[in-house]
Amino acid sequence: MPISHLSHWGLLVTGDPLLYGADASIILASVGIVFVLTYFKKWKWLWREWLTTVDHKRIGIMYLIAAVLMLFRAGTDALMMRTQLALPNQHFLGPEHYDQIFTTHGTIMIFFMAMPFIFALMNIAVPLQIGARDVAFPYLNAISFWLFFFGAMLLNLSFVIGGSPDAGWTSYAPLAGLHFDPGPGENFYLLSLQITGIGSIATGINFLATIFKMRAPGMTLMKMPLFTWSIVATNILIIFAFPALAVALALLLIDRIAGAHFFTIHAGGLPMMYINMFWIWGHPEVYIVLLPAFGVFSEVVATFSRKTIFGYKAMVSSMLVISVVSYFVWAHHFFTMGGGVSVNSFFAVASMLIGIPTGVKVFNWMFTMYRGRIRMKMPMLWTIAFIPCFVLGGASGMMLAVAPVDYQFHNSYFLVAHFHEMLIGGVVFGMFAALYYWWPKVFGFILDEKWGRWAFWFWNIGFYVCFEPQYALGLMGMQRRMYTYPSGMGWTALNFISTIGAFLMGIGFLVMAGGIVYSIFKGERDLTGDPWDGRTLEWSLPSPAPHYNFAVIPTITDRDQWWTLKEQGKQDTLRPRPEDIQPIHMPKNSAKPFLIGVAFFAAGFGFVFNWYVLAAAGLFCIVILLLVRSFEYHSDYHIPVDEVVHTETALGRL
Amino acid sequence: MAAIVEHTHGRVEHDPRPVEYTVKDDSLKIFGFWLFLATDMILFATLFATFVVLRTHVATGPSGHQLFDVQGFIEETFILLTSSFTGGMSTFFMRRGSVRGTVGWLLVTAVLGASFVTLEITEFLHYVSIGATMQTSAFLSAFFTLVGTHGAHVSLGIVWMLAIVIQLFRYGITPATARRVFIVNLYWHFLDVVWVFIFTVVYLTGVMM
Repeated sequence: MPISHLSHWGLLVTGDPLLYGADASIILASVGIVFVLTYFKKWKWLWREWLTTVDHKRIGIMYLIAAVLMLFRAGTDALMMRTQLALPNQHFLGPEHYDQIFTTHGTIMIFFMAMPFIFALMNIAVPLQIGARDVAFPYLNAISFWLFFFGAMLLNLSFVIGGSPDAGWTSYAPLAGLHFDPGPGENFYLLSLQITGIGSIATGINFLATIFKMRAPGMTLMKMPLFTWSIVATNILIIFAFPALAVALALLLIDRIAGAHFFTIHAGGLPMMYINMFWIWGHPEVYIVLLPAFGVFSEVVATFSRKTIFGYKAMVSSMLVISVVSYFVWAHHFFTMGGGVSVNSFFAVASMLIGIPTGVKVFNWMFTMYRGRIRMKMPMLWTIAFIPCFVLGGASGMMLAVAPVDYQFHNSYFLVAHFHEMLIGGVVFGMFAALYYWWPKVFGFILDEKWGRWAFWFWNIGFYVCFEPQYALGLMGMQRRMYTYPSGMGWTALNFISTIGAFLMGIGFLVMAGGIVYSIFKGERDLTGDPWDGRTLEWSLPSPAPHYNFAVIPTITDRDQWWTLKEQGKQDTLRPRPEDIQPIHMPKNSAKPFLIGVAFFAAGFGFVFNWYVLAAAGLFCIVILLLVRSFEYHSDYHIPVDEVVHTETALGRL
Repeated sequence: MAAIVEHTHGRVEHDPRPVEYTVKDDSLKIFGFWLFLATDMILFATLFATFVVLRTHVATGPSGHQLFDVQGFIEETFILLTSSFTGGMSTFFMRRGSVRGTVGWLLVTAVLGASFVTLEITEFLHYVSIGATMQTSAFLSAFFTLVGTHGAHVSLGIVWMLAIVIQLFRYGITPATARRVFIVNLYWHFLDVVWVFIFTVVYLTGVMM
């Protein structure tokens, strides 16, 4: 929103009843939270148990809650857009407002829904799967979370203070430059993503160090569970792709606040360079969020077919091939740049090549199911729903990869349908499978099957009703990011159907949330720690796992260690023996990661409004907090043997 | 890191490993720092790519050939390369358990780093005074950002070294302080390598073009 729309007495965005509604609901929700915490005397609990925690399991839960909340917010954005487009010539949203909403929808879904969801799963599952007591750098892990959290806060704040970004989730220059887009909205986008991106890079480093250096003895790389392998591939992508995004965002910010000429259209600036740099990160990013979903499907398919995964080595190598090739496809996002025949051919061929390892994986999942004893539990349902959806989206991806044809499809609803099919049918379905799969491990109860099935069918039917018409709309010439369209184009019926589908998915979300609430009270408690008859190490622990995870670190001899032991009737070898228990070395909680998040938030807010005193103060506080940490020599403690014995006895394991 | 039960505070006698690797927690952090350097390398690679694309986009402003002063950047280069050697000396004395040697060489390194930064700031101020600013052309935007990012890294490294010097006085040479000395030197050598590329790609190529 341009700066002229800011009220003279402050920074609040005014003029739209929808925004006043949002203001009111934010204030009411904040007051409500403060009241509940005070009334139940939970402030200390919140601070001690959550805000200062360095426990990977709790950080995972916080990521999960944030991801679901952001799914709600950005999903609401989606429903507003579909409402606007349901019929021609609507005035529900004005053009400016529509621009802001599609921008925040995309930005939040990728950075503040998909990313925290995969970080939640990494935190929840990886240390338990490899037999570790925490991640390599628990303190850094907490910093990553708080950078994500305050980045997300900064972006969401733009809604009511200063105005939302409105140049699309890709924020292309020169449209996103100061000349065409004055006002703080774009700055919110650039700084919130920069802050959360630093956290993502730190997470990438953290989990690679964890997986490479902290596996239980005997667990060679080729004995790792496939989900852990997918996290290796994802984090390799993160550490090599995110710095490019950091630079792209920083340079655009320097253009905007210091008047430089990286991406302007005069003084030698080169807007296309921004687009290249953005997608050098952006295409690997697709696989950053998709590969963990592949890992989840591999775990779920093997568990619920009661079979070893088919083609383990092919699964590992296909993930690694995907992670390498995904660096060489970025220009397929803009074949229309005019790169010439050789450039476009290279990127077209590379884009098609990536279908081969992906195809290998799809076949392997099906071969795993073949002649398996399949149980149609919720995680398996989502996995089975994923396959046709993903294959269909993959086929339309192959069509988009054909460079000359892409000139027709480019930025049409055909593309919109394609990437939603990959990101919902691939990533979101995978995250849902994981949600139902690991939920009992995290919270100690199983999510209700009946509610789950209702949500599942609403989501699935809604998905196809919403997005299949969009392929047709794209071929009929409807472009993405149009805020309205005239009647008589032949688009009305398809748009209306698409909107119905979107609302079906919205109902699916609500039913899913209802199922969670129902299960909190009435869900089946998981007393065994192994509700699905699982195969990997995390199912050998009680649900939820004690905060040190493993009283005694297990020794690994097999890929499906827990399954093999159960087959041999030797489950007890993974129970701790009292004589083996030693004091356990654990990291202490710390307030500094939270404070670092606050300092980054202050610095970011200062830069958004060009208040350099606040920005400098924020940066200064960050340096001071890092120095204080450097002088800290006793950031850990030992849990005495007595306490471990006591905990394990209470869990019935001794 | 949590999984270490055999955590000890003193150095194990007759351990063939260097002191900074004797505690698993510390060796893990060194590994993590290598991964961080990989990400920082990508960051600089992206800035270099930007610079190489924009180096000829001088608009109405000066080119590198008109701007760069050979003597100035040669001095900066020699000072920074020397500081990498003195940083190496601090690791050498750290491994021999000499607090005085480690601290002394770290201080020499920090002083050399500070003189490098001073020269760079002087150079930047000179350019600004003759009207060659970040706002002049895409080439200068890329120049100031690439070289300035390196300079900011060096400045942060100086603060970090001084913090470690205080810790060395306080705790002597232990696996935990040794790890800090080792890591700050990794960082410093990395910045030196980046400077070699800046010297070649920005300055040498600039004056030749």
